[in-house]
Amino acid sequence: MIQVENLRKEFGTKTAVDGVSFSVQKGEVLGFLGPNGAGKSTTMRMVTGYFRPTSGQIRVGGVDMLENPEEAKRSIGYLPENAPLYSDMTVGSFLGFCAELRGLRGAARDKAIDRVLETCFLESVRNQSVDTLSKGYKHRTCFAQSIIHDPDVLILDEPTDGLDPNQKHEVRNLIKRMGENKAIVFSTHILEEVEAACSRAIIIDRGKVVADGTPAELKQRGNAVVRVVIKGAAGGSIRAEIEKINGVHQIEPGLSSDEQFSGRVLVTKGRKSADIAREIFGLASGQKWQLEELHQDEGKLDEIFRSITRSDTAV
Amino acid sequence: MNSKDIQSIWSVFKREFLAYFNSPVLYVIVVIFLLASQGFAFLFGRFLESDNASLTQSFFFWHPWIYIVLAPAVGMRLWSEEQRLGTIELLMTMPISPWHAIIGKFKAAALVWLIALLLTFPIVLTVFYLGSPDRGPILTGYIASYLYALGCLSVTSAVSAFTRSQVVCFIVSVAVCILLTLIGYPGIIDWFVKSLPASLEGGVRFVGYLSFMDHFYEMSKGVFVFRDVLYFLSVIAAGLMLTGLALRSKRA
Repeated sequence: MIQVENLRKEFGTKTAVDGVSFSVQKGEVLGFLGPNGAGKSTTMRMVTGYFRPTSGQIRVGGVDMLENPEEAKRSIGYLPENAPLYSDMTVGSFLGFCAELRGLRGAARDKAIDRVLETCFLESVRNQSVDTLSKGYKHRTCFAQSIIHDPDVLILDEPTDGLDPNQKHEVRNLIKRMGENKAIVFSTHILEEVEAACSRAIIIDRGKVVADGTPAELKQRGNAVVRVVIKGAAGGSIRAEIEKINGVHQIEPGLSSDEQFSGRVLVTKGRKSADIAREIFGLASGQKWQLEELHQDEGKLDEIFRSITRSDTAV
Repeated sequence: MNSKDIQSIWSVFKREFLAYFNSPVLYVIVVIFLLASQGFAFLFGRFLESDNASLTQSFFFWHPWIYIVLAPAVGMRLWSEEQRLGTIELLMTMPISPWHAIIGKFKAAALVWLIALLLTFPIVLTVFYLGSPDRGPILTGYIASYLYALGCLSVTSAVSAFTRSQVVCFIVSVAVCILLTLIGYPGIIDWFVKSLPASLEGGVRFVGYLSFMDHFYEMSKGVFVFRDVLYFLSVIAAGLMLTGLALRSKRA
Protein backbone atom coordinates (compact mmCIF):
# COMPACT_ATOMS: atom_id res chain seq x y z
CA MET A 1 0.00 0.00 0.00
CA ILE A 2 2.84 2.39 0.80
CA GLN A 3 6.02 2.45 -1.22
CA VAL A 4 8.68 4.93 -0.38
CA GLU A 5 11.89 5.07 -2.32
CA ASN A 6 15.00 7.05 -1.66
CA LEU A 7 13.24 9.83 0.11
CA ARG A 8 15.36 12.88 0.81
CA LYS A 9 14.48 16.14 2.49
CA GLU A 10 16.78 19.07 2.95
CA PHE A 11 15.98 22.17 4.97
CA GLY A 12 18.53 24.68 3.80
CA THR A 13 21.86 22.98 4.34
CA LYS A 14 20.51 20.51 6.88
CA THR A 15 19.53 17.09 5.61
CA ALA A 16 16.61 15.89 7.70
CA VAL A 17 15.85 12.71 5.78
CA ASP A 18 18.56 11.06 3.77
CA GLY A 19 17.58 8.27 1.41
CA VAL A 20 14.82 6.51 3.31
CA SER A 21 13.12 3.59 1.58
CA PHE A 22 10.48 1.25 2.91
CA SER A 23 7.22 -0.34 1.95
CA VAL A 24 4.19 -1.41 3.92
CA GLN A 25 1.66 -4.00 2.81
CA LYS A 26 -1.96 -4.35 3.78
CA GLY A 27 -2.20 -6.12 7.13
CA GLU A 28 1.15 -4.83 8.28
CA VAL A 29 1.80 -2.53 11.20
CA LEU A 30 5.10 -0.74 10.82
CA GLY A 31 6.69 0.83 13.84
CA PHE A 32 8.80 3.87 13.18
CA LEU A 33 11.50 4.25 15.80
CA GLY A 34 14.20 6.76 16.33
CA PRO A 35 15.53 9.36 18.71
CA ASN A 36 14.04 12.85 18.69
CA GLY A 37 15.05 14.73 15.59
CA ALA A 38 15.90 11.59 13.66
CA GLY A 39 13.53 12.48 10.83
CA LYS A 40 10.48 10.41 11.76
CA SER A 41 7.97 13.24 11.61
CA THR A 42 9.55 14.72 8.50
CA THR A 43 9.27 11.37 6.74
CA MET A 44 5.64 11.00 7.76
CA ARG A 45 4.86 14.53 6.65
CA MET A 46 6.28 13.71 3.24
CA VAL A 47 4.37 10.45 2.96
CA THR A 48 1.12 12.24 3.80
CA GLY A 49 1.82 14.96 1.25
CA TYR A 50 2.36 17.82 3.70
CA PHE A 51 6.03 18.34 2.89
CA ARG A 52 7.34 18.09 -0.60
CA PRO A 53 10.44 15.87 -0.68
CA THR A 54 13.69 17.21 -2.12
CA SER A 55 13.90 14.00 -4.08
CA GLY A 56 12.50 10.49 -3.99
CA GLN A 57 9.28 8.67 -4.73
CA ILE A 58 6.14 8.08 -2.72
CA ARG A 59 3.31 5.85 -3.84
CA VAL A 60 0.24 5.31 -1.70
CA GLY A 61 -2.28 2.71 -2.82
CA GLY A 62 -0.58 2.71 -6.21
CA VAL A 63 -1.00 6.48 -6.69
CA ASP A 64 1.98 8.79 -6.91
CA MET A 65 1.83 11.37 -4.13
CA LEU A 66 3.88 13.94 -6.00
CA GLU A 67 2.06 13.72 -9.30
CA ASN A 68 -1.45 13.24 -8.04
CA PRO A 69 -1.59 14.41 -4.43
CA GLU A 70 -5.35 14.86 -4.14
CA GLU A 71 -5.98 11.31 -5.27
CA ALA A 72 -3.22 9.81 -3.14
CA LYS A 73 -4.35 11.65 0.01
CA ARG A 74 -7.78 10.11 -0.35
CA SER A 75 -6.68 6.71 0.96
CA ILE A 76 -4.63 8.09 3.86
CA GLY A 77 -5.71 8.80 7.40
CA TYR A 78 -3.22 10.96 9.27
CA LEU A 79 -2.74 11.82 12.90
CA PRO A 80 -0.17 14.62 13.05
CA GLU A 81 2.17 15.05 15.98
CA ASN A 82 0.56 16.82 18.95
CA ALA A 83 -2.92 16.11 17.55
CA PRO A 84 -3.91 19.60 16.32
CA LEU A 85 -7.57 20.59 16.48
CA TYR A 86 -9.68 23.67 15.75
CA SER A 87 -10.18 24.93 19.26
CA ASP A 88 -13.40 26.80 18.47
CA MET A 89 -15.33 23.72 17.34
CA THR A 90 -17.17 20.97 19.13
CA VAL A 91 -15.99 17.38 18.77
CA GLY A 92 -18.97 16.51 16.60
CA SER A 93 -18.68 19.50 14.27
CA PHE A 94 -14.92 19.01 13.93
CA LEU A 95 -15.41 15.41 12.86
CA GLY A 96 -18.19 16.54 10.54
CA PHE A 97 -15.88 19.06 8.91
CA CYS A 98 -13.18 16.42 8.38
CA ALA A 99 -15.75 13.99 7.00
CA GLU A 100 -16.93 16.59 4.49
CA LEU A 101 -13.42 17.31 3.30
CA ARG A 102 -13.09 13.56 2.83
CA GLY A 103 -16.10 13.68 0.55
CA LEU A 104 -18.62 12.19 3.00
CA ARG A 105 -21.98 13.98 2.87
CA GLY A 106 -25.40 13.72 4.37
CA ALA A 107 -26.28 10.36 5.92
CA ALA A 108 -22.88 8.83 5.14
CA ARG A 109 -21.27 11.68 7.04
CA ASP A 110 -23.48 11.26 10.11
CA LYS A 111 -22.92 7.52 10.10
CA ALA A 112 -19.15 7.97 9.90
CA ILE A 113 -19.23 10.40 12.83
CA ASP A 114 -21.25 7.98 14.96
CA ARG A 115 -18.91 5.14 14.10
CA VAL A 116 -15.68 6.93 15.07
CA LEU A 117 -17.24 8.44 18.18
CA GLU A 118 -17.98 4.92 19.29
CA THR A 119 -14.61 3.47 18.26
CA CYS A 120 -12.71 6.18 20.09
CA PHE A 121 -15.00 6.37 23.15
CA LEU A 122 -15.94 9.98 22.49
CA GLU A 123 -19.74 9.80 22.65
CA SER A 124 -19.86 11.56 26.00
CA VAL A 125 -18.06 14.66 24.67
CA ARG A 126 -19.75 14.88 21.30
CA ASN A 127 -21.17 18.35 21.88
CA GLN A 128 -18.34 19.62 24.00
CA SER A 129 -16.01 22.32 22.73
CA VAL A 130 -12.56 21.02 21.82
CA ASP A 131 -11.09 23.77 23.99
CA THR A 132 -12.43 22.25 27.17
CA LEU A 133 -11.26 18.68 26.57
CA SER A 134 -8.48 16.98 28.48
CA LYS A 135 -5.39 15.96 26.58
CA GLY A 136 -6.46 12.34 26.23
CA TYR A 137 -9.79 13.32 24.72
CA LYS A 138 -8.14 15.81 22.36
CA HIS A 139 -5.78 13.14 21.20
CA ARG A 140 -8.57 10.67 20.60
CA THR A 141 -10.61 13.28 18.75
CA CYS A 142 -7.77 13.82 16.34
CA PHE A 143 -7.30 10.08 16.08
CA ALA A 144 -11.02 9.74 15.31
CA GLN A 145 -10.56 12.24 12.49
CA SER A 146 -7.88 10.03 10.93
CA ILE A 147 -10.15 6.99 10.65
CA ILE A 148 -13.37 8.79 9.74
CA HIS A 149 -13.25 7.68 6.11
CA ASP A 150 -12.07 4.16 6.98
CA PRO A 151 -8.80 4.60 5.07
CA ASP A 152 -6.62 1.81 3.73
CA VAL A 153 -3.52 3.54 4.99
CA LEU A 154 -3.09 5.01 8.44
CA ILE A 155 -0.17 7.19 9.39
CA LEU A 156 0.06 8.01 13.06
CA ASP A 157 2.71 10.30 14.48
CA GLU A 158 3.16 9.33 18.13
CA PRO A 159 -0.41 8.14 18.65
CA THR A 160 0.10 7.33 22.33
CA ASP A 161 1.96 10.47 23.29
CA GLY A 162 0.48 12.10 26.37
CA LEU A 163 -2.05 9.39 27.11
CA ASP A 164 -2.41 7.68 30.45
CA PRO A 165 -1.48 3.97 30.69
CA ASN A 166 -5.04 2.76 30.22
CA GLN A 167 -5.53 4.90 27.14
CA LYS A 168 -2.19 3.82 25.77
CA HIS A 169 -3.25 0.24 26.11
CA GLU A 170 -6.55 1.01 24.41
CA VAL A 171 -4.92 2.81 21.47
CA ARG A 172 -2.38 0.02 21.06
CA ASN A 173 -5.15 -2.55 20.86
CA LEU A 174 -7.00 -0.35 18.41
CA ILE A 175 -3.94 -0.13 16.18
CA LYS A 176 -3.42 -3.85 16.36
CA ARG A 177 -7.04 -4.55 15.52
CA MET A 178 -7.14 -2.15 12.59
CA GLY A 179 -3.79 -3.40 11.37
CA GLU A 180 -5.46 -6.62 10.26
CA ASN A 181 -6.90 -5.02 7.14
CA LYS A 182 -5.02 -1.75 6.78
CA ALA A 183 -1.46 -0.67 6.23
CA ILE A 184 -0.39 1.26 9.31
CA VAL A 185 2.72 3.26 10.04
CA PHE A 186 3.15 4.71 13.49
CA SER A 187 6.04 6.43 15.15
CA THR A 188 6.93 6.18 18.78
CA HIS A 189 9.85 6.17 21.09
CA ILE A 190 8.27 3.79 23.53
CA LEU A 191 9.84 0.47 22.67
CA GLU A 192 7.42 -1.81 24.43
CA GLU A 193 4.80 -0.40 22.10
CA VAL A 194 6.66 -1.77 19.13
CA GLU A 195 6.72 -5.23 20.64
CA ALA A 196 3.05 -4.96 21.56
CA ALA A 197 1.62 -3.72 18.30
CA CYS A 198 4.02 -3.94 15.37
CA SER A 199 4.58 -6.65 12.86
CA ARG A 200 7.67 -4.84 11.63
CA ALA A 201 9.86 -2.03 12.83
CA ILE A 202 12.22 0.44 11.25
CA ILE A 203 14.79 2.31 13.24
CA ILE A 204 15.78 5.62 11.77
CA ASP A 205 18.65 7.79 12.93
CA ARG A 206 19.93 11.06 11.52
CA GLY A 207 17.70 10.67 8.52
CA LYS A 208 18.80 7.17 7.59
CA VAL A 209 17.21 3.77 8.08
CA VAL A 210 19.62 1.90 10.35
CA ALA A 211 17.56 -1.23 11.00
CA ASP A 212 14.53 -2.88 9.45
CA GLY A 213 12.93 -6.13 10.55
CA THR A 214 10.43 -7.83 12.82
CA PRO A 215 10.84 -7.01 16.51
CA ALA A 216 12.26 -10.52 17.03
CA GLU A 217 14.81 -10.08 14.27
CA LEU A 218 15.85 -6.72 15.62
CA LYS A 219 16.40 -8.16 19.07
CA GLN A 220 18.98 -10.57 17.71
CA ARG A 221 21.02 -7.70 16.39
CA GLY A 222 21.81 -6.30 19.77
CA ASN A 223 24.14 -7.23 22.55
CA ALA A 224 22.75 -9.17 25.45
CA VAL A 225 23.36 -7.51 28.77
CA VAL A 226 24.26 -8.64 32.25
CA ARG A 227 23.58 -6.21 35.04
CA VAL A 228 25.79 -6.61 38.10
CA VAL A 229 26.24 -5.08 41.53
CA ILE A 230 29.29 -6.40 43.36
CA LYS A 231 30.67 -5.38 46.74
CA GLY A 232 33.93 -6.22 48.44
CA ALA A 233 36.63 -4.45 46.45
CA ALA A 234 37.34 -1.13 44.76
CA GLY A 235 35.03 -0.47 41.83
CA GLY A 236 37.89 0.05 39.41
CA SER A 237 39.58 -3.25 40.15
CA ILE A 238 36.33 -5.22 39.94
CA ARG A 239 35.68 -3.67 36.57
CA ALA A 240 39.17 -4.54 35.35
CA GLU A 241 38.66 -8.19 36.36
CA ILE A 242 35.29 -8.43 34.60
CA GLU A 243 36.71 -6.92 31.46
CA LYS A 244 39.19 -9.81 31.26
CA ILE A 245 36.38 -12.35 30.85
CA ASN A 246 36.25 -13.69 27.32
CA GLY A 247 33.01 -12.61 25.66
CA VAL A 248 32.60 -9.27 27.37
CA HIS A 249 32.11 -6.67 24.70
CA GLN A 250 31.97 -3.51 26.73
CA ILE A 251 31.19 -2.29 30.20
CA GLU A 252 28.91 0.60 31.01
CA PRO A 253 29.77 1.50 34.60
CA GLY A 254 27.06 2.71 36.94
CA LEU A 255 27.64 3.70 40.54
CA SER A 256 31.13 2.72 41.65
CA SER A 257 32.94 3.43 44.89
CA ASP A 258 35.85 2.13 46.96
CA GLU A 259 33.93 -0.93 48.00
CA GLN A 260 31.44 -1.52 45.22
CA PHE A 261 30.96 -1.74 41.50
CA SER A 262 27.72 -1.62 39.64
CA GLY A 263 27.21 -1.52 35.93
CA ARG A 264 26.03 -3.14 32.77
CA VAL A 265 28.14 -5.70 31.00
CA LEU A 266 27.48 -5.89 27.27
CA VAL A 267 27.97 -9.39 25.90
CA THR A 268 29.72 -9.92 22.60
CA LYS A 269 27.32 -10.82 19.82
CA GLY A 270 26.92 -14.55 19.43
CA ARG A 271 27.71 -15.29 23.07
CA LYS A 272 24.95 -16.10 25.51
CA SER A 273 24.40 -13.82 28.47
CA ALA A 274 23.91 -16.89 30.66
CA ASP A 275 27.55 -17.98 30.04
CA ILE A 276 28.90 -14.59 30.96
CA ALA A 277 26.70 -14.43 34.05
CA ARG A 278 28.09 -17.78 35.15
CA GLU A 279 31.66 -16.59 34.66
CA ILE A 280 31.01 -13.42 36.63
CA PHE A 281 29.52 -15.53 39.40
CA GLY A 282 32.62 -17.76 39.37
CA LEU A 283 34.91 -14.74 39.41
CA ALA A 284 33.06 -13.21 42.34
CA SER A 285 33.13 -16.34 44.46
CA GLY A 286 36.83 -16.88 43.63
CA GLN A 287 37.67 -13.36 44.72
CA LYS A 288 35.39 -13.52 47.79
CA TRP A 289 33.29 -10.58 46.55
CA GLN A 290 29.68 -10.29 47.56
CA LEU A 291 27.41 -10.58 44.57
CA GLU A 292 24.50 -8.27 45.33
CA GLU A 293 22.82 -8.47 41.97
CA LEU A 294 23.23 -10.47 38.81
CA HIS A 295 20.62 -10.06 36.15
CA GLN A 296 20.64 -11.09 32.52
CA ASP A 297 18.67 -9.46 29.75
CA GLU A 298 18.45 -11.33 26.51
CA GLY A 299 18.61 -8.70 23.73
CA LYS A 300 16.07 -6.06 24.69
CA LEU A 301 14.83 -3.68 22.05
CA ASP A 302 16.01 -0.83 24.23
CA GLU A 303 19.56 -2.01 23.97
CA ILE A 304 19.42 -2.34 20.23
CA PHE A 305 17.89 1.05 19.98
CA ARG A 306 20.62 2.55 22.10
CA SER A 307 23.45 0.72 20.46
CA ILE A 308 22.52 1.62 16.91
CA THR A 309 21.26 5.17 17.31
CA ARG A 310 23.97 7.55 18.23
CA SER A 311 21.80 10.14 19.80
CA ASP A 312 23.11 13.61 20.45
CA THR A 313 22.66 13.07 24.14
CA ALA A 314 25.10 10.12 24.21
CA VAL A 315 28.52 10.86 25.65
CA MET B 1 -14.47 23.55 -11.46
CA ASN B 2 -16.63 20.53 -10.76
CA SER B 3 -19.08 19.87 -7.96
CA LYS B 4 -16.43 18.27 -5.77
CA ASP B 5 -14.35 21.46 -5.83
CA ILE B 6 -17.38 23.53 -4.96
CA GLN B 7 -18.22 21.23 -2.06
CA SER B 8 -14.69 21.41 -0.69
CA ILE B 9 -14.74 25.20 -0.89
CA TRP B 10 -18.18 25.24 0.70
CA SER B 11 -17.02 23.04 3.62
CA VAL B 12 -14.02 25.25 4.34
CA PHE B 13 -16.13 28.39 3.94
CA LYS B 14 -18.79 27.08 6.30
CA ARG B 15 -16.28 26.15 8.99
CA GLU B 16 -14.48 29.44 8.73
CA PHE B 17 -17.60 31.55 8.79
CA LEU B 18 -18.99 29.66 11.77
CA ALA B 19 -15.68 30.31 13.51
CA TYR B 20 -16.30 34.06 12.98
CA PHE B 21 -19.90 33.71 13.93
CA ASN B 22 -19.17 31.82 17.14
CA SER B 23 -16.44 34.17 18.26
CA PRO B 24 -16.76 37.79 19.33
CA VAL B 25 -14.70 38.88 16.31
CA LEU B 26 -17.65 39.20 13.95
CA TYR B 27 -19.78 41.23 16.35
CA VAL B 28 -17.00 43.49 17.56
CA ILE B 29 -15.87 44.26 14.04
CA VAL B 30 -19.35 44.90 12.73
CA VAL B 31 -20.27 47.16 15.63
CA ILE B 32 -17.04 49.14 15.44
CA PHE B 33 -17.38 49.45 11.69
CA LEU B 34 -20.92 50.75 11.99
CA LEU B 35 -19.99 53.21 14.73
CA ALA B 36 -16.95 54.43 12.85
CA SER B 37 -18.57 54.74 9.45
CA GLN B 38 -21.64 56.55 10.76
CA GLY B 39 -19.63 58.59 13.21
CA PHE B 40 -17.20 59.80 10.57
CA ALA B 41 -20.07 60.63 8.25
CA PHE B 42 -21.88 62.77 10.78
CA LEU B 43 -18.95 64.30 12.65
CA PHE B 44 -16.21 64.82 10.07
CA GLY B 45 -18.09 64.24 6.87
CA ARG B 46 -20.64 66.94 7.75
CA PHE B 47 -23.31 64.70 6.34
CA LEU B 48 -26.10 66.96 7.56
CA GLU B 49 -24.46 70.37 7.30
CA SER B 50 -23.27 69.92 3.74
CA ASP B 51 -26.85 70.02 2.56
CA ASN B 52 -25.99 67.65 -0.23
CA ALA B 53 -27.96 64.49 -0.93
CA SER B 54 -24.95 62.36 -1.67
CA LEU B 55 -22.86 59.87 0.23
CA THR B 56 -19.60 60.27 -1.66
CA GLN B 57 -17.81 62.93 0.38
CA SER B 58 -19.48 62.36 3.68
CA PHE B 59 -19.76 58.59 3.93
CA PHE B 60 -17.66 56.56 1.48
CA PHE B 61 -14.74 58.96 1.73
CA TRP B 62 -13.84 57.60 5.15
CA HIS B 63 -14.17 53.90 4.39
CA PRO B 64 -10.59 53.27 3.25
CA TRP B 65 -9.29 54.57 6.58
CA ILE B 66 -11.59 52.28 8.49
CA TYR B 67 -10.69 49.27 6.36
CA ILE B 68 -6.98 49.86 6.83
CA VAL B 69 -7.41 48.92 10.47
CA LEU B 70 -10.45 46.69 10.52
CA ALA B 71 -9.87 44.49 7.47
CA PRO B 72 -6.58 43.12 8.88
CA ALA B 73 -8.40 42.55 12.17
CA VAL B 74 -10.85 40.28 10.37
CA GLY B 75 -8.30 38.59 8.15
CA MET B 76 -5.41 38.09 10.55
CA ARG B 77 -6.70 34.78 11.84
CA LEU B 78 -7.14 33.23 8.40
CA TRP B 79 -3.78 31.45 8.13
CA SER B 80 -1.86 32.55 11.21
CA GLU B 81 -4.23 30.73 13.51
CA GLU B 82 -4.10 27.66 11.31
CA GLN B 83 -0.31 27.61 11.65
CA ARG B 84 -0.29 28.33 15.36
CA LEU B 85 -2.68 25.49 16.11
CA GLY B 86 -0.94 23.14 13.67
CA THR B 87 -4.25 22.40 11.99
CA ILE B 88 -2.70 23.47 8.72
CA GLU B 89 -1.11 20.05 8.69
CA LEU B 90 -4.56 18.48 8.82
CA LEU B 91 -5.99 20.79 6.19
CA MET B 92 -3.12 20.31 3.77
CA THR B 93 -3.20 16.52 4.03
CA MET B 94 -6.89 16.38 3.20
CA PRO B 95 -7.75 15.34 -0.36
CA ILE B 96 -8.48 18.91 -1.42
CA SER B 97 -6.45 21.45 -3.33
CA PRO B 98 -4.85 24.23 -1.26
CA TRP B 99 -6.78 26.66 -3.45
CA HIS B 100 -10.07 25.30 -2.14
CA ALA B 101 -8.97 26.20 1.36
CA ILE B 102 -7.60 29.60 0.36
CA ILE B 103 -10.74 30.59 -1.52
CA GLY B 104 -13.12 29.12 1.06
CA LYS B 105 -11.46 31.02 3.88
CA PHE B 106 -11.30 34.26 1.92
CA LYS B 107 -14.99 34.03 1.11
CA ALA B 108 -15.85 33.60 4.77
CA ALA B 109 -13.96 36.78 5.65
CA ALA B 110 -15.55 38.49 2.65
CA LEU B 111 -19.01 37.59 3.94
CA VAL B 112 -18.19 39.23 7.27
CA TRP B 113 -17.57 42.48 5.37
CA LEU B 114 -20.65 42.07 3.27
CA ILE B 115 -22.73 41.82 6.43
CA ALA B 116 -21.01 44.83 7.96
CA LEU B 117 -21.52 46.90 4.84
CA LEU B 118 -25.17 45.92 4.38
CA LEU B 119 -25.87 46.94 7.94
CA THR B 120 -24.99 50.54 7.07
CA PHE B 121 -28.34 50.75 5.24
CA PRO B 122 -29.88 53.31 7.64
CA ILE B 123 -27.68 56.05 6.21
CA VAL B 124 -28.99 55.22 2.75
CA LEU B 125 -32.55 55.43 4.01
CA THR B 126 -31.70 58.74 5.67
CA VAL B 127 -30.29 60.30 2.55
CA PHE B 128 -33.34 59.19 0.59
CA TYR B 129 -35.60 60.59 3.28
CA LEU B 130 -33.87 63.95 3.39
CA GLY B 131 -33.36 64.50 -0.29
CA SER B 132 -33.41 62.85 -3.65
CA PRO B 133 -29.91 61.53 -4.22
CA ASP B 134 -28.48 60.14 -7.39
CA ARG B 135 -28.73 56.37 -7.11
CA GLY B 136 -25.74 55.54 -9.30
CA PRO B 137 -23.01 56.95 -7.05
CA ILE B 138 -24.51 55.23 -4.04
CA LEU B 139 -24.43 51.86 -5.76
CA THR B 140 -20.93 52.31 -7.18
CA GLY B 141 -19.86 53.71 -3.82
CA TYR B 142 -20.92 50.54 -2.10
CA ILE B 143 -19.25 48.38 -4.73
CA ALA B 144 -16.05 50.41 -4.49
CA SER B 145 -16.15 50.25 -0.72
CA TYR B 146 -16.65 46.48 -0.73
CA LEU B 147 -13.87 45.97 -3.25
CA TYR B 148 -11.60 48.10 -1.09
CA ALA B 149 -12.37 45.90 1.90
CA LEU B 150 -11.66 42.77 -0.13
CA GLY B 151 -8.40 44.26 -1.39
CA CYS B 152 -7.25 44.85 2.18
CA LEU B 153 -8.45 41.37 3.11
CA SER B 154 -6.47 39.70 0.34
CA VAL B 155 -3.35 41.58 1.49
CA THR B 156 -4.02 40.32 5.02
CA SER B 157 -4.58 36.79 3.78
CA ALA B 158 -1.18 36.82 2.09
CA VAL B 159 0.57 38.26 5.14
CA SER B 160 -1.10 35.77 7.47
CA ALA B 161 0.27 32.90 5.39
CA PHE B 162 3.77 34.06 6.25
CA THR B 163 3.44 34.18 10.03
CA ARG B 164 1.98 32.16 12.85
CA SER B 165 1.47 35.25 14.97
CA GLN B 166 -1.76 37.15 14.56
CA VAL B 167 -0.23 40.27 16.07
CA VAL B 168 2.62 40.34 13.56
CA CYS B 169 0.14 39.70 10.79
CA PHE B 170 -2.08 42.55 11.94
CA ILE B 171 0.72 45.11 12.19
CA VAL B 172 2.32 44.19 8.88
CA SER B 173 -1.03 44.11 7.09
CA VAL B 174 -2.03 47.50 8.43
CA ALA B 175 1.31 48.91 7.29
CA VAL B 176 0.94 47.46 3.80
CA CYS B 177 -2.64 48.70 3.51
CA ILE B 178 -1.63 52.20 4.63
CA LEU B 179 1.13 52.22 2.05
CA LEU B 180 -1.18 51.04 -0.72
CA THR B 181 -3.66 53.72 0.26
CA LEU B 182 -1.28 56.65 0.73
CA ILE B 183 0.71 56.25 -2.48
CA GLY B 184 -2.43 57.25 -4.32
CA TYR B 185 -3.62 60.02 -2.02
CA PRO B 186 -4.06 63.15 -4.19
CA GLY B 187 -2.30 65.49 -1.75
CA ILE B 188 0.71 63.24 -1.46
CA ILE B 189 0.97 62.66 -5.18
CA ASP B 190 0.79 66.40 -5.84
CA TRP B 191 3.52 67.00 -3.29
CA PHE B 192 5.79 64.45 -4.94
CA VAL B 193 5.07 65.80 -8.40
CA LYS B 194 5.95 69.33 -7.25
CA SER B 195 9.10 68.45 -5.37
CA LEU B 196 10.56 65.98 -7.87
CA PRO B 197 11.95 66.97 -11.27
CA ALA B 198 9.30 67.13 -13.96
CA SER B 199 10.75 64.16 -15.82
CA LEU B 200 9.71 61.87 -12.96
CA GLU B 201 6.10 62.95 -12.97
CA GLY B 202 5.06 60.02 -15.14
CA GLY B 203 6.67 57.60 -12.70
CA VAL B 204 4.96 59.15 -9.71
CA ARG B 205 1.61 59.09 -11.44
CA PHE B 206 2.17 55.46 -12.37
CA VAL B 207 2.94 54.45 -8.77
CA GLY B 208 -0.08 56.43 -7.69
CA TYR B 209 -2.13 54.55 -10.20
CA LEU B 210 -1.19 51.28 -8.47
CA SER B 211 -2.72 52.42 -5.20
CA PHE B 212 -6.13 51.44 -3.91
CA MET B 213 -7.12 55.05 -3.43
CA ASP B 214 -6.85 56.13 -7.02
CA HIS B 215 -9.33 53.48 -8.15
CA PHE B 216 -11.57 53.84 -5.16
CA TYR B 217 -11.98 57.57 -5.68
CA GLU B 218 -13.13 57.31 -9.24
CA MET B 219 -15.69 54.69 -8.41
CA SER B 220 -17.02 56.33 -5.28
CA LYS B 221 -17.72 59.47 -7.28
CA GLY B 222 -20.02 57.41 -9.43
CA VAL B 223 -17.71 56.86 -12.35
CA PHE B 224 -18.08 53.14 -12.76
CA VAL B 225 -15.18 52.15 -14.91
CA PHE B 226 -14.53 48.57 -15.71
CA ARG B 227 -10.77 48.96 -15.32
CA ASP B 228 -11.16 50.04 -11.68
CA VAL B 229 -13.17 46.93 -10.90
CA LEU B 230 -10.62 44.90 -12.79
CA TYR B 231 -7.88 46.53 -10.77
CA PHE B 232 -9.40 45.43 -7.47
CA LEU B 233 -10.13 41.97 -8.81
CA SER B 234 -6.47 41.66 -9.81
CA VAL B 235 -5.35 42.84 -6.39
CA ILE B 236 -7.52 40.16 -4.82
CA ALA B 237 -6.23 37.51 -7.20
CA ALA B 238 -2.65 38.58 -6.55
CA GLY B 239 -3.21 38.48 -2.78
CA LEU B 240 -4.66 34.99 -2.92
CA MET B 241 -1.92 33.84 -5.28
CA LEU B 242 0.70 35.11 -2.87
CA THR B 243 -1.11 33.29 -0.07
CA GLY B 244 -0.83 30.09 -2.06
CA LEU B 245 2.85 30.64 -2.77
CA ALA B 246 3.59 31.38 0.88
CA LEU B 247 1.80 28.26 2.03
CA ARG B 248 3.61 26.20 -0.55
CA SER B 249 7.00 27.56 0.41
CA LYS B 250 6.29 26.61 4.03
CA ARG B 251 5.68 23.05 2.94
CA ALA B 252 8.47 22.84 0.39
